[in-house]
Amino acid sequence: MKIVNWILFISFGALLIHASMGLPNRGDADAVMFREKSPAGSPGASSYYIRNAYRDAETPNMVTVVLADYRGYDTLGEETVIMTSGLICFLLLRKKRNDRGDKKALKAGTDAQI
Amino acid sequence: MRKYEFNPIIVTVSCAVSPFIMLFGLYVIFHGHYSPGGGFQGGTLLAAALLLIRLAAGFDIAQLQFKRILGTPLGSIGVLIYFGTGFLAMMSGGEFLNYGFLPFAGVTGAGLRSLGILMVEIGVGLSVMAILVAIYDDLLEGYSND
Repeated sequence: MKIVNWILFISFGALLIHASMGLPNRGDADAVMFREKSPAGSPGASSYYIRNAYRDAETPNMVTVVLADYRGYDTLGEETVIMTSGLICFLLLRKKRNDRGDKKALKAGTDAQI
Repeated sequence: MRKYEFNPIIVTVSCAVSPFIMLFGLYVIFHGHYSPGGGFQGGTLLAAALLLIRLAAGFDIAQLQFKRILGTPLGSIGVLIYFGTGFLAMMSGGEFLNYGFLPFAGVTGAGLRSLGILMVEIGVGLSVMAILVAIYDDLLEGYSND
């Protein structure tokens, strides 16, 4: 079993390294994501952001403009995920009001909850 | 779990360092327009400052700084600030989250968008801070009497 794990581990690593060979170089201006038109023929988004981020929002940090303005819905969803995780922790980890030994109070408590 | 022991060195150093972490967190939130940073990172720093006091001075003393019961409501208020910003823009005639339509007099198009981004970042920072502290408090709840 152990040798199967190792074979899977090494082959998956080799696959990832092989896939990373196809990535464009850093700062390559001819890479797919920096082109004016995407391979499907629609206008590319990144060149629009780079040209118009400061003009649209008067904010020098392009990442902030993309995060909070162009992709505002996405950030709203992220924040909702954080709030939901906090609420779930509150619901799962809160202290039960009844002690373990006190069966009668536990029963009364469950009856009252129902 | 180890019992809490009062240690004057740890408490003094934490009390000295915590306000600076908090100030840096506020800086990261409000300077997110000009430098790397923003609501998520700044909120995490604010939560780190609060959790440092909770670790150093004990859970009961830290209640004086940030009450346990405040965690979840403040997180919800942060989400409401974000949602309210989008909703305010929608009420003023634009699309949801289109900050160009926010009803603030004296600020024009692009400046209005910058202001909207700032409001959103404050909401994110408040929510992240409160929820991180609330998760810590919930995890600690069974041990609060130690």
